[in-house]
Amino acid sequence: MRKEHWRALRRDQALYWLMLPGILFYIVFKYVPMYGVLISFQNYSIGKGIWGSEWVGFKHFIDFFTRTPDAWQLIRNTLLLNVYELLFAFPAPILLALLLNELRVVLFRRFIQTVSYLPHFLSTVVIVGMVVNFLSPSSGIVNHVLVMLGIEPIMFMAEPGWFRTIYVASEIWQTLGWGTILYLAAIAGVDPTLYEAARMDGANRFQQIRHITFVGMLPVVIILLVLNLGKMMEIGYQKIILLYNPTLYDTADVINTFVYRRGLINADFSFAAAVGLFQAVIGFVLVVAANKLARKTAHGSLW
Amino acid sequence: MKIKTSMASRVFDAFNVTLMLILAAVMLYPIVYVASASISNVGLVVNGTVKLWPRDLTFIAYERVFADPFIWLSYGNTIRYTVIQTAATLLVTSMMAYPLAKRRLLGRRTILLFAAATMLFNGGLIPTFLVVKQLGLIDTIWAVIVPTLINTWYLFIMRTFFEQLPEELEEAARIDGCGVMGTLLRIVMPLSKPVLMTIGLFTAVTQWNSFFDALIYLNQKELYPLQIHLRNIVIAGTAAAQSQGSAGDDEIMLLETVKYSTIMVAALPILCVYPFIQKYFVQGTMIGGIKG
Repeated sequence: MRKEHWRALRRDQALYWLMLPGILFYIVFKYVPMYGVLISFQNYSIGKGIWGSEWVGFKHFIDFFTRTPDAWQLIRNTLLLNVYELLFAFPAPILLALLLNELRVVLFRRFIQTVSYLPHFLSTVVIVGMVVNFLSPSSGIVNHVLVMLGIEPIMFMAEPGWFRTIYVASEIWQTLGWGTILYLAAIAGVDPTLYEAARMDGANRFQQIRHITFVGMLPVVIILLVLNLGKMMEIGYQKIILLYNPTLYDTADVINTFVYRRGLINADFSFAAAVGLFQAVIGFVLVVAANKLARKTAHGSLW
Repeated sequence: MKIKTSMASRVFDAFNVTLMLILAAVMLYPIVYVASASISNVGLVVNGTVKLWPRDLTFIAYERVFADPFIWLSYGNTIRYTVIQTAATLLVTSMMAYPLAKRRLLGRRTILLFAAATMLFNGGLIPTFLVVKQLGLIDTIWAVIVPTLINTWYLFIMRTFFEQLPEELEEAARIDGCGVMGTLLRIVMPLSKPVLMTIGLFTAVTQWNSFFDALIYLNQKELYPLQIHLRNIVIAGTAAAQSQGSAGDDEIMLLETVKYSTIMVAALPILCVYPFIQKYFVQGTMIGGIKG
């Protein structure tokens, strides 16, 4: 190391000390767990630790694909929930932002925004609590309304066929309003003279929405879309853990929930860590690919 | 121009306003229903008579909630966790962000990369759990605070903010004999109130609403935060009345409205403050979004 480096280090000594707690945090809670991923290739036992546990190579990965009957179902459920989210939960805030932008009375617009932001602040437990109780076959309001309309009560929380709808619908309810923020910010950046020019050229309102407002927020749409594609292997599993029950596993059980059960409830650490690592590797490839795509299509990249 | 608003345009406006009103109703209805059900006669809630407004007013469901010692205990725990986490997060994050905002700092890029890499790679659920377990943090309040102490996004947002502060003020403080820590606490942090407010609120609401870390790290009932207690009552359905073992039919039925009153008690603080803190969140989301 050169002399001026030493001098710089000594001069800023106090600054380095200041960073110490933060750096320790990153080492202990971020980097040590990365190292801990090694247990995926072991028969890890807490008593023996990483150094003492027996190495088994790719055994757990092979077991997952050959001996776990649910493996493909877990992957399928994870991907399908993501696809449904992409199809329904992703476009919803785009549409809402366009409609909000067309409201002429500012006060009314603010009111709608404030109301639609509200669910974002509720906890997952509260949301799932409402869903489960509203859908109760005996006392839930939804089934009371169905009966009133002459429809047989539905056992929503016992029929796998309903799970994806319930998951995605509650997701839309919670994220719709909040999701408009970035789009509205993009719309606010659109040059107002564009609208004037378009009106001069005889463009009607729908043409203005399509060719100016929508085009104005398109870069944000593309970036968020690509970002979402990169997260196809992730899902809000904390919500699923609250929402599902064993009768719904056919559609509700995803890789993360499986890792949680096998690892933390059955204490099968190595196997669960291996499944988690498999998911993380696919996820990483997707994120990198998504970033490449973003670099090509939009102006900015994701990092 | 205004005069020339076409018929189609006006039809669209009417349609749009109607749609937005329906949207507002859809957003508000579940919350209004929970509020109404929590103060209605339980029989009328269970048989579906209560649809929007409360019927046969009664506050017995709230009496039951407040008579439950664990609701107070878990409320206290949540407040404790939220206050400690918010204070600790703001302090440790700014202690790390402040040096990183100094362009002259040797190794700045390396440390930034060291932090940023954790957004791409992480050990995952099981290895992180094992670290927390082996540090002996299970069943201590630190298990729900320390593993989420620094959020890398917040670190970067704060660093960007600190970079914009005028260097001269710090120089003046240094000449007056202020140490680095003193400069941070007395000059830099007071000048950074907007960003501290935003990050503090994000941290506080996240901790207030979180349940998963408590679910996996805390096994003692005395340490449960509000959200875990709420889950046990509202989703798992094991309310205090049942565990007391004295439950008659009426008591068991009452659980239905107790679920709603518990949701209200848990969500009320957030529902009350959110209109006022909304703008900080919108700002924060936009800062994060531009980076994202």
